[in-house]
Amino acid sequence: MTDLNPTRRTVLCAVAGMSVLPDVPQNALAQTPPSHTALSVTLRINGADIARPIEVRTTLLEFLREQTALTGTKKGCDQGSCGACTVHIDGHRVVSCLTLAARCQGHEVTTIEGLAQGDVLHPMQAAFVAHDGMQCGYCTPGQVMSAVALVKEGHTGTDDEIREWMSGNLCRCGAYPNIVAAIRDVADHTPARG
Amino acid sequence: MSEQTNTIGHAIDRVDGRLKVMGHAKYAAEFANTDVVHAVLVQSTIAAGTILAIDALVARSMPGVIDVITAENAEKLHKAPEIQQAISFPLLQSNEVLFNGQHIAIVVADSLQQAQEAAATVVVRYRPQDAVTSMEGRDGDQRKPSKKLNGKFEIDSATGDFSSAFEAAPVKISATYKTPVEHHNPMEPHATIAAWSGDKLKVWTATQGISGTQQTLAGFFGLAENDVTVICPFVGGGFGSKGNTWTPVTLAAMAARHVKRRVKLEITREQMFFSNGYRPQTRQALKLAADRDGKLLALRHDGVIATAMPGAGEFAEPVALISRMLYACPNISTSHRLIDINQSLPTYMRGPGEASGSFALESGMDELAVALDMDPVALRMRNLIDSDASEGKPFASKPLAECYTKAAEAFGWSRRTPAPRSMKNGRMLVGMGMATTSYPTNRMKASAEVAMLQDGTVIVRCGTQDLGTGTYTTMAQVAAAELGVSPDRVRVELGDSRLPKAPVSGGSMTTASVLPAVQEAATAVREALFDMALKAKGDQWHNLDRTALTLDNGAVVGPNSQLGITDLLAQASLPSLSRKVEATPSDEADTFSRHAFGAQFAEVHVDPDFGTVRVKRWVGAFDVGRVINAKTARSQLIGGIVFGIGMALMEETRTDRASGRFANANIADYLIPVSADIPDINTIFVETGDPITTRLGVKGIGELPTVGAAAAIANAVYHATGKRIRDLPIRLDKVMA
Amino acid sequence: MHAFQLIAAGTPGAGTTFIAGGTDLLQLMKNNVIAPDQVVDLAGAHLRGITATSIELRLGALETMADVAAHPEVRRGWPAISQALLLSASPQIRNMGTMGGNLLQRTRCVYFRDTAFACNKRHPGSGCPAIAGENREHAILGASDSCIATHPSDFPVALMAMGAGVAITAAGGGTRVVPLADFYRLPGDTPEIETILQPGDVITQIVVPASEAAKRSVYMKVRDRSSFAYALASAAVAIEIRDNRILHAGIALGGVAPMPWRAAKAEQALIGATADAAAFEHAGRLATEGARAAGMNAYKIALAQRAVTRALMEAAHPTAETGVL
Repeated sequence: MTDLNPTRRTVLCAVAGMSVLPDVPQNALAQTPPSHTALSVTLRINGADIARPIEVRTTLLEFLREQTALTGTKKGCDQGSCGACTVHIDGHRVVSCLTLAARCQGHEVTTIEGLAQGDVLHPMQAAFVAHDGMQCGYCTPGQVMSAVALVKEGHTGTDDEIREWMSGNLCRCGAYPNIVAAIRDVADHTPARG
Repeated sequence: MSEQTNTIGHAIDRVDGRLKVMGHAKYAAEFANTDVVHAVLVQSTIAAGTILAIDALVARSMPGVIDVITAENAEKLHKAPEIQQAISFPLLQSNEVLFNGQHIAIVVADSLQQAQEAAATVVVRYRPQDAVTSMEGRDGDQRKPSKKLNGKFEIDSATGDFSSAFEAAPVKISATYKTPVEHHNPMEPHATIAAWSGDKLKVWTATQGISGTQQTLAGFFGLAENDVTVICPFVGGGFGSKGNTWTPVTLAAMAARHVKRRVKLEITREQMFFSNGYRPQTRQALKLAADRDGKLLALRHDGVIATAMPGAGEFAEPVALISRMLYACPNISTSHRLIDINQSLPTYMRGPGEASGSFALESGMDELAVALDMDPVALRMRNLIDSDASEGKPFASKPLAECYTKAAEAFGWSRRTPAPRSMKNGRMLVGMGMATTSYPTNRMKASAEVAMLQDGTVIVRCGTQDLGTGTYTTMAQVAAAELGVSPDRVRVELGDSRLPKAPVSGGSMTTASVLPAVQEAATAVREALFDMALKAKGDQWHNLDRTALTLDNGAVVGPNSQLGITDLLAQASLPSLSRKVEATPSDEADTFSRHAFGAQFAEVHVDPDFGTVRVKRWVGAFDVGRVINAKTARSQLIGGIVFGIGMALMEETRTDRASGRFANANIADYLIPVSADIPDINTIFVETGDPITTRLGVKGIGELPTVGAAAAIANAVYHATGKRIRDLPIRLDKVMA
Repeated sequence: MHAFQLIAAGTPGAGTTFIAGGTDLLQLMKNNVIAPDQVVDLAGAHLRGITATSIELRLGALETMADVAAHPEVRRGWPAISQALLLSASPQIRNMGTMGGNLLQRTRCVYFRDTAFACNKRHPGSGCPAIAGENREHAILGASDSCIATHPSDFPVALMAMGAGVAITAAGGGTRVVPLADFYRLPGDTPEIETILQPGDVITQIVVPASEAAKRSVYMKVRDRSSFAYALASAAVAIEIRDNRILHAGIALGGVAPMPWRAAKAEQALIGATADAAAFEHAGRLATEGARAAGMNAYKIALAQRAVTRALMEAAHPTAETGVL
């Protein structure tokens, strides 16, 4: 192909030359009897199975806070704008307020309560205490969960990189510099990946 | 006292840090999540008028819905108690609508989701009236506040003769500054769980003042204070928004009594914009005049402030107080006027009065420095004053000059070239700006009880609150130091109205109010232990001067021998020894003007194409009195600066003029700083102490670092760009223009 | 939030919607902006895959923003896509949000998202309070008398500059591919209709041609805070320069129009021009031709122009300043 101009014509050509498109939507569109607006779910949270009857519209955040005693995960905005409800699903950080509990079945959920080994704090938790990476503490569980994921993702090259990759977690008390210091401390004591 | 037990001033870890990082610190909404039903508030969608009917037929028929409470079926409350914390509107006591977003109904259902869905189906018919939705064009309606400012300061002030002095002065500036509505947005939304047991009420609620909440609820429901219990061991941030007992607290209690169930009412982030106050909009006219050497000759600061309609309460942001006392000036005139608009009641927000007021005064000082062709620090140094002319009292302590010097040195102010647009970093325009900060040192009476248990554990009990400021930790430190134990042997109980009374955690006064009570109670315990020890040792310690005794690691230590506390208490058959003390500010304190001071220095980078402003460096030197915990104190200073950066660059709640409704009522559209907005912040303690306010020498920290921050940034933006932005926030559209 | 059924498969129609990442859908449902009875869960659909060849990049509709942004081939061959994604939302949201979903993100217009207000997009015919209201964030291009809301996403802006296409499978099973430029609909009198999607249509793939221009593409975003904020204006450019002459140019604007806005006139003006500041400034001005301010958003005209110019400068002379604003 000599025409490098990415125009509509190119797209159509490229698509025409494509192999077969993914086959999935058939699955999504087949007619099946609808289920109800309530159902029973079993979620694997911090290594334990928790079964509850719920309404389908229950978010993971509400499931944790209202249906179990796992209130460490916080509701700050309920709209994905603050990060206070950050948990890990299969090791990835997500906001639990925009996650339907029913869609978490078959996945591993880790909350702040699942981080420490008994009484022994996770290194990130210990670093937050040592660097005072908190004040009121309400955003703290979400900050810690995000920070643990951030180190695993490898975004600790510079302090600016840490700041950028922690910007999904608001802290109104303004503990940001101490949070960055805590993460820097952990990153410097964590063997590089690979 | 050893290093291990006397940790005062040290940077020890926050004692509640472990609970917080583990997710085990429990906030109001997290108590009792079984056997609880959920309440959701319905809000008005007009700003003024009368509710003709609320149709909740559909809502009532929905699955799980227990009831819908409106003015029609709500219980009639008693009159509000005469305390400032008691907010009495809107409480479903009438059909009057005074602002858009007003609570007009409560839906109670078995589950939160059911209550939320039902609330969305409620249909309201109104008879709307014309609403006042902005201060603009309403200057004819300006009025004086009905009460003194903050309950004690004159509304207007005049010393000397401003007009003649201004007229005659060789150098002067005159400008108008504007600050917008800003919302506190603590990360924890307000939440209350209310439970009735007969005529006794218990609430778990997010509050900066459990005592005020107790009094307010007792008043509204006609109960004895002791029949109301208020629990709040952790507060997820307040910044002023949890200082009053806002109506959702009372509505939760009302709903619980109505449905005869334990009710949880968590307001949504969106509702946070309508339910618990905000920093009101201000317009401040400032005039400054000086001689050619920069000596101030005349200062005038007139504030016009928006407040709610009288039926919804009154709050007057005291913007000009700082202009009355900060600089030496023989002719000062200040005033405060209100304009009533159809919006919910504003309230205190971090640095109330001073944060907004200092934006005007400290921007004005920078403008004056430019007019004088004088260094802004030198201008301030020239106008230092060691007494408060507005009160005719000396300052208890005022190391402000040292704050300027230390901060300027650490910041590298001498490298600044004064001309606007004269400094660059790559393509970025670099600006350096500074401002003064000051905030009153407040103290109120407070009670505390300290107990020494047989096993050497110390218990501190005080009905105060810890908003994240470190109150748990500093109380433990003070008790530990007095009783010769390490702070981890101290258990602090707070946030429970059954504990000895303490004031609201506001006005930066918790440390100065509560720690003296803890210290005095701990001293009393120590002295009682000494009495017991002297008696027990009989002849051996006969005639011994008690100053030769110390308490250390669980023993009364005297010359040549010691006596274990465990034995001492066991012999006296006492499981514990406790003393309760009410500590009150001294009369002497009233003969001084008491303030904390500081100097704020900011460096900004401004993109010349886009007008984006980013803060790159910050140095602040703060006269914080004696530091109790260097770690938590530093955290608060940093946090206050971050709060000020938000105020300077992005925070603004905007009102839809047609409807009077806050338009960006969520935290995707009301921006607060994220980590990427915040650079390294260097905070310097200037620890001269304040021997007048308390024996400990402390001053308040909470508000101080927010004051002056916005002006420091505005001044830096002027230095970077040559543009003087006089209305906050300083967003790119203003810088580009 | 209205109660709904979550089904793995179902009949499309009124009251049914699809859920992929759910990050926008759940916000809209919580705010009662939409209230579907049935939500079809796409989680089980085989719509993954990131395939880069010398001809094109194919992105499965369910690939997450995070995975696509981090993909080495995407970063090498279509850097503006990676940049646009990394400048979007937050790390958590990017772990959840999907390619298809990001194309369909609804506007952030505050009047649309608060049901206390009238909104022609939410309730056709009810009025548009933004036109005379708080419109600092609103559109300067492509708006109508019924709606001035902007499209909030960054990723499709990059796609638009690179001439991407969207593969769509219909309820009946037929598949078609539509250029992204034809995928969105301007509001006109029907602001409630935002795309050409019919009930039951599912986006399955996004196809982006490979090119030298794509390799040098840049996404520049300007916002009110340093991170986690929507664009006030953004520009995606993909240009090919040989011997300081511009051979090809793709330019699109974000945050200023009801859809990712392709600046065809600016593109044409650049072809054959010398790659210098004058040409880039001229292109910036052409990019906003026809722009109309609603009131508080007048600054966006200059802002968008400068974003285009800066993005072109960056593409021509990389300094790695992209998005570090």
